[in-house]
Amino acid sequence: MVMPARRPTVPTETLSTVPLKVVYRAADVDLDYRRDLGDPGEYPFTRGIHPDMYRGRLWTMRQFAGFGTAEDANKRFHYLLAMGQTGLSVAFDMPTLMGYDSDHPRALGEVGREGVAIDSLADMEILLDGLPLDRVTTSMTINAPANVLLALYVAVADARGIPRDQVGGTTQTDMLKEFIAQKEWIVPPRPSMKLIQDMLVFGARELPKWNIISISGYHMREAGATAAQELAFTLADGIAYVQAGIDAGLPVDEFAHRLSFFFDCHVDFFEEIAKFRAARRMWARICRGRFGAQSPRSWWLRFHTQTAGVSLTAQQPLNNIARVALQALAAVLGGTQSLHTNSMDETYALPTQEAVTVALRTQQIIAHETGVAGTADPLGGSYFVEALTTELERQAWEYIRRIDDLGGMVAAVEAGFPQREIAEASYRYQQQLERREKIIVGVNEFVQPEEQPIEILRISPDVERRQVERTRRVRAERQQRAAAEALARLRETAQSGGNTMDAIVDAVKADVTLGEICDVFRAVYGEYREVAII
Amino acid sequence: MGNGKIRILIAKPGLDGHDRGVKVVARALRDAGFEVIYTGLHQTPEMIVNSAIQEDVDAIGLSILSGAHNALFPRIIQLRRERGADDIVVFAGGIIPEEDIAPLRAAGIAEIFTPGVSLQQIVDWVREHVTPRGVRT
Repeated sequence: MVMPARRPTVPTETLSTVPLKVVYRAADVDLDYRRDLGDPGEYPFTRGIHPDMYRGRLWTMRQFAGFGTAEDANKRFHYLLAMGQTGLSVAFDMPTLMGYDSDHPRALGEVGREGVAIDSLADMEILLDGLPLDRVTTSMTINAPANVLLALYVAVADARGIPRDQVGGTTQTDMLKEFIAQKEWIVPPRPSMKLIQDMLVFGARELPKWNIISISGYHMREAGATAAQELAFTLADGIAYVQAGIDAGLPVDEFAHRLSFFFDCHVDFFEEIAKFRAARRMWARICRGRFGAQSPRSWWLRFHTQTAGVSLTAQQPLNNIARVALQALAAVLGGTQSLHTNSMDETYALPTQEAVTVALRTQQIIAHETGVAGTADPLGGSYFVEALTTELERQAWEYIRRIDDLGGMVAAVEAGFPQREIAEASYRYQQQLERREKIIVGVNEFVQPEEQPIEILRISPDVERRQVERTRRVRAERQQRAAAEALARLRETAQSGGNTMDAIVDAVKADVTLGEICDVFRAVYGEYREVAII
Repeated sequence: MGNGKIRILIAKPGLDGHDRGVKVVARALRDAGFEVIYTGLHQTPEMIVNSAIQEDVDAIGLSILSGAHNALFPRIIQLRRERGADDIVVFAGGIIPEEDIAPLRAAGIAEIFTPGVSLQQIVDWVREHVTPRGVRT
């Protein structure tokens, strides 16, 4: 690479191209304290959802993990809990995310690679072996087959005699962002929303501690969205889910408090903090103003944060430790309830145990050494941060108005609107990198020609063989009649438009596999095909 | 056939939905003056080779970030041979560990682009290594 003649300058705009002033003054901020900020724990919660923030309860340190077979992932979970992690977060492999069993032809080469393979109750029992489900909350990054994974989790809890009202955790279940960005789907948007309604009703009835949907901006941001797009599209997805719950007959205050959020924390420090603050203020106003929620807990935007995978570089990978630390610090200053810190080797593969330990330790250093956790919203009142918070909010409302004009997020997704906006932003950003208007250390500036390779985690091809064997054994050894009946009942329920959740729980208990259940949905509702936009 | 323009099928084999990179590359190739056809996501090797032959392309660009490259890339090369389409150049990009690159090249993948490569480098490579059908002898 040719070295530039000029030296790189400091940015004069945020990562998302919001122009920056050299200095911000009182005149840049037009806020009414009670109306726009409030104390921490007070509407509109710009300054945080709890009066004492992290003094009352530290954020949950939740490292997303999962690879290989259920045995491999279970071992990593036990290790992370022993290292002081306080919640579990399960990553599933691609076939599981798409609703295929490990022996499906489309699963070839993918089993256990980007997460753990789960096909049946036998896998789930191994995955959760020895983990205290009544004391540890588990977050599952699963969307199209979220109903099946929730049913599997409930089935394990039932078998262990843990009352359903004691089982706490999260399923991501955010199909709108799948169609927009993450792209792991089964059936089209409208039947997907119907299956989510079934989960919302089941959750309200059976699982008072379960977060049925984790409304996620993360994947949209990673796909190239700006901070304002992430904010707007996430909240617009949230609006669609609240409406779906209301349309299913649930009063808003019976389920809004079980919706949680999941954001990216990218590398622009203050822009991210402003984004989190704006998100809280906007969601409180949406739930109270737009949906008439009465309970303060319905107004809360509780969120998980993951540092930005897309900001990590394959070049000079140790530098990623510094990036992750700065991003994690911004998430904490922004008031996150739970946090995943990426590992420095994740541009290559799933992290090694050493890398993931450094990532977890980074959170512990922020929590216990830096002193930033002692005061709620420490940047509240900063002219700059308040002005940036207001600016992101303004841009996001503008997007939400456009989405409302299109008929809401489901219609906007069908029209490809957010997909196109993100693709545009992503291409613009890449061009800025090519022109060196944006600098990434080690990639387009401060490049080192010779680099030492680092150790990476390899998944043995043996994983696929072992997993396929187990799934075939489960199918061969189950009570065939009970399995067939459970599947038939699920098909009838889906065809008649009834709530599918009880039928799914019964099916997984009869050792029906995830792929078989998803085949029913494919047959009843059809498969989604994307119109590819470049 | 043969307006002298290079035709490229940009394809996403496997199940991963990470299409940010593939879309940016597809657009950059189009902006550079090539004819670009993008398959969309979740393509099997059979679907990709069929589209390449139907669309009469000069090259196939594959993107994969799931780690399934060692299973899927050689399968695409094998199908290309079975269909008598060895003149279609196949190149690839994504998260491909260093030690997998030599075996994949030996299997018939002409070039593998890994993170940090600029769009211009990909465009330049295509100009140098892919010949449009009309001009081919």
